Amino acid sequence: MGPLDGEQPTRAELFLGFFKIGLSGFGGVLPHARRLLVDDRRWLTDRQFTELLGLGQTLPGPNVLNMAVVIGARCHGWRGSVAAGLGLMAAPLVIVLTLANLYGRFGHSARLAQVLAGVAAAAAGLVLATGSRLATKLDRDAGSLLMAVAAFLAVFWLRLPLLGMLAVLGPLSIGLSWQSLRRERLAGQDGGRR
Amino acid sequence: MTAPSLTALFLRFCLFSLMAVGGATALIPEMHRQVVDLHGWMSTADFTALFAIAQAAPGPNVIFVSLIGWKLAGIPGALVCTLGMCLPAAVLAFAVGRVWDRFQHSPWRRAIERGLAPLTIGLVLGSGCLLAKATSTHWQLGLVAAASAGLSFRSGRNPLWWLAGAALLGALGLLA
Repeated sequence: MGPLDGEQPTRAELFLGFFKIGLSGFGGVLPHARRLLVDDRRWLTDRQFTELLGLGQTLPGPNVLNMAVVIGARCHGWRGSVAAGLGLMAAPLVIVLTLANLYGRFGHSARLAQVLAGVAAAAAGLVLATGSRLATKLDRDAGSLLMAVAAFLAVFWLRLPLLGMLAVLGPLSIGLSWQSLRRERLAGQDGGRR
Repeated sequence: MTAPSLTALFLRFCLFSLMAVGGATALIPEMHRQVVDLHGWMSTADFTALFAIAQAAPGPNVIFVSLIGWKLAGIPGALVCTLGMCLPAAVLAFAVGRVWDRFQHSPWRRAIERGLAPLTIGLVLGSGCLLAKATSTHWQLGLVAAASAGLSFRSGRNPLWWLAGAALLGALGLLA
């Protein structure tokens, strides 16, 4: 795999860059990742970032970690992946475990419980907003809509196991989008001929 | 309740890692189903309190998984669950990252990208509804959840503001 188009970071720079990304975001770090990787450090072009984001979101697992692993690998092989991944996770892990220990010690205070209940409710709202924002970008065809609703009902209402749900809806949804892509391609060829 | 062993936790989260289509947030309903409904390792109130702590700390959403591990088995549990959640996905990303560009125009890659997107949306909205239902134990909190959803959907302001506002309401004793 060739190097990135932008400037080539060392392993230490990879670690520090993702360390900063890990520390910067609250409730998700993606916007901060773009600013640092594309605007500040110029490791990636805007196009490369979008391309890698697609990869990070399509593959299972934490999106930003997936991106860190691939960017690290393209610079320095698996050692680069480890540097970027550890950089991303180190600080948030230490901070969140410190908070958790404080919570374990002082969590019985009624006032702190109220603060946390408020934050939890607001954070639930943020997840709803994220889902809604994603939904506005969904393809407006019956198949996509049906799949989104089915996935929602399966996990929220029916509380079905995720593994079974993915085993059924995953291939079905990919098959449907394969069909609709094929139709678009055929329509495109048709239009080209005319 | 019998606490799970570290090995069992690691393997369980390895499986979660490969099921997390759309990231850690999409996994919340399944984690809730397993650790609260199925095994009774913690209450829904514990689950949402840990979610609040994870959101109030900087970092990727996956650190919520670390807190679940912490609750179940302390610091070793946190490390084991985090590693389990990250490692399989990272190995897969490493492997796929080498060939991803080569399939840029492959119809299969586009079909997979487009096919998984609606499932991610359904899962994230499912997470949001589950959390909103679990956290809205009375009307003030329901109002906070609705306000935060509306405000952050409409405005691009840093979401930390809405979290801080809710924390302040709680600190003033207005949310009981």
